[in-house]
Amino acid sequence: MKTDAMKRTVAAISAFLLGATIACHKNPKPVVRATPPPPRAGAAATRPPAPPEPVAEPAIVPPEPVAEDRIASASLDDLNRNSPLKPVFFALDSDELTPDAQKSLADDVGVLKKYASWTVTIEGHCDERGTAEYNLALGERRAVAARAYLVSLGIAADRLRTVSYGKEFPFDPGHDEAAYAKNRRAHFVVTSK
Amino acid sequence: MRTSFFIPFLALAAFVAGPAARQQPPPPASQQPPPPPQQPSEIETRISGDPGVPPRLAVPDFIAITKDKETVEIARLVSQVLWDDLNFEREFSFIPHDVIATVPAATGFNDIAFDRWRELNADGVLVGTVEKQAGGVKVAMKLFNVRTRQQAFAKEYTSANGRLIAHTISDEVHESQRALHGIARTKLTFSSDRDGERMTGTVEKREVKEIYIADYDGENQRRVTVNRTLNITPRWSPDGRSIAYTSYRRGPPQVFISNIFQGTLEETTKGDRAGQNWLPAWSPDGQRLAFGSTRDGGTSQLYVINRDGSGLRRLTNDRWVNTTPTWSPSGNQIAFVSDRTGSPQIYVMNADGVGGAQRLSASEGYADKPSWSPPPFNEIAYTARTGPGNDIKIIDMATRVVRQLTFGEGTNESPAWAANGRHLAFMSTRSGKEQIFTIDRMGQHLKQITKTGNNQQPDWSR
Repeated sequence: MKTDAMKRTVAAISAFLLGATIACHKNPKPVVRATPPPPRAGAAATRPPAPPEPVAEPAIVPPEPVAEDRIASASLDDLNRNSPLKPVFFALDSDELTPDAQKSLADDVGVLKKYASWTVTIEGHCDERGTAEYNLALGERRAVAARAYLVSLGIAADRLRTVSYGKEFPFDPGHDEAAYAKNRRAHFVVTSK
Repeated sequence: MRTSFFIPFLALAAFVAGPAARQQPPPPASQQPPPPPQQPSEIETRISGDPGVPPRLAVPDFIAITKDKETVEIARLVSQVLWDDLNFEREFSFIPHDVIATVPAATGFNDIAFDRWRELNADGVLVGTVEKQAGGVKVAMKLFNVRTRQQAFAKEYTSANGRLIAHTISDEVHESQRALHGIARTKLTFSSDRDGERMTGTVEKREVKEIYIADYDGENQRRVTVNRTLNITPRWSPDGRSIAYTSYRRGPPQVFISNIFQGTLEETTKGDRAGQNWLPAWSPDGQRLAFGSTRDGGTSQLYVINRDGSGLRRLTNDRWVNTTPTWSPSGNQIAFVSDRTGSPQIYVMNADGVGGAQRLSASEGYADKPSWSPPPFNEIAYTARTGPGNDIKIIDMATRVVRQLTFGEGTNESPAWAANGRHLAFMSTRSGKEQIFTIDRMGQHLKQITKTGNNQQPDWSR
């Protein structure tokens, strides 16, 4: 008797779960989370005030160009999010430009010649195996190597600034060679256009 | 928490002029305590134990003379912190807590159970009383020779800061009994990303790092910069009132000095032509900073500048990296890092840069962050690559013998000496993230100082 009841319960739960699964498969709706109710005036008063927004001077945006060039019309942040200039990668402890790095820089030269008004900061980065202190100098060596190569291919030196972040801002927070390879780089940021 | 001020009553006038007269941050004028009452001079003697064995101390809980909650709490805190402070230097051995609990507790200085302490083989007993008074407590402490029952050292303190009272007692007991420069009132500084604040002006997800300070034992951790960018490599000024560090708040890295008790900021390096500047190191007299800079184009070179930004002088001039300086205690020499052989190695040169440099790290594949010990030792601690990660090593400058302090647990970097040369702070990933640890100079008694976020590049105040 008891067993029958349990069986029925199990069957009912199974049927429900199966149905639910099928429903999910048929209808992949995003998970809906309950939204918190808007805070009432009284509740808001007891809460500590939100930290002030960081004050930042708005970037000066030049007038929209007439051309339908999406790169040229994008904001600096949008531009940098899509990395129009490809980073170059380095071997451990090294600031030497590999053939791949030179090819990548040659491509970047094409972009820099097309958008001749851009100024660019070249960031030097290192992986976590080097020490924090020496990595500041090594990151600078990498940025300078990339800059020198671009200048040798005809880019005006005054368009290219360098800054080293050592190993302070890894692109990949992992602790394996795949992550390290991504973090040993010269990274390009368009700072004005 | 702000450090409140107090004036220790000195038992001996000669004591004031001794090395124990250490710089404490001055209080705001409104918190100046009234001048302390005079106390008659005492005869100082030293507690000693059997030859070659540290003296054995009994340190029963301090006695709360007034029974209000605050006084009882401070008595408990002073007892606990003092025990840890004394234990940190390993100059005494201690009657264990559970044994102390079997001895009838004294109610003051007149009913100390000397016979019982004698039976327990104690050489000294340190008794303290805590009494409420306006603005805090008065703590009286007396150290007795158990055999002669004579007072070896005694002093009174007034403050509301129990930790500071305990640290001061510890430093003064070490000074008077062991001729040791105690470091219980020194502080650590380091860089931390614990706030999880995001850098502005970058499309990548980058977290800011700010400069923090903490007591030597990791208590009272406080943030001292709030500029929401990268702030790294902090260094205490010799007087413990300022911190020089590398900050990216103007874009390229520059050397800044925060006068943390005045709330003022100095831009030591600045301007469009200054290039990148990093890793400031104070000269022992606190008047100048050595640092690495790319200001003349090319790789990082070493420079010296007055702390007010004047008197710039270039020390190195080659095509290699020259960086990460540290001064000898005399100020005559600078140890630094150069990659002139193809890998970073440690060199020593005259502080004026004249006469070339001598390589110090003879057998390392990769060495960085030299840190020159204070006297009485003459050693340089550094980071060495030992495998996939790094370890802390120390080279004795007289014998050039190298010893290793850490052995491949996580990676270990950025050693910095305590003011008495007996301890080091460093960064290690052995517990997961980057954290600050302290360790004795022979590699014993590891202690974790930070636990939140990533914390790096410690420095220890004089």
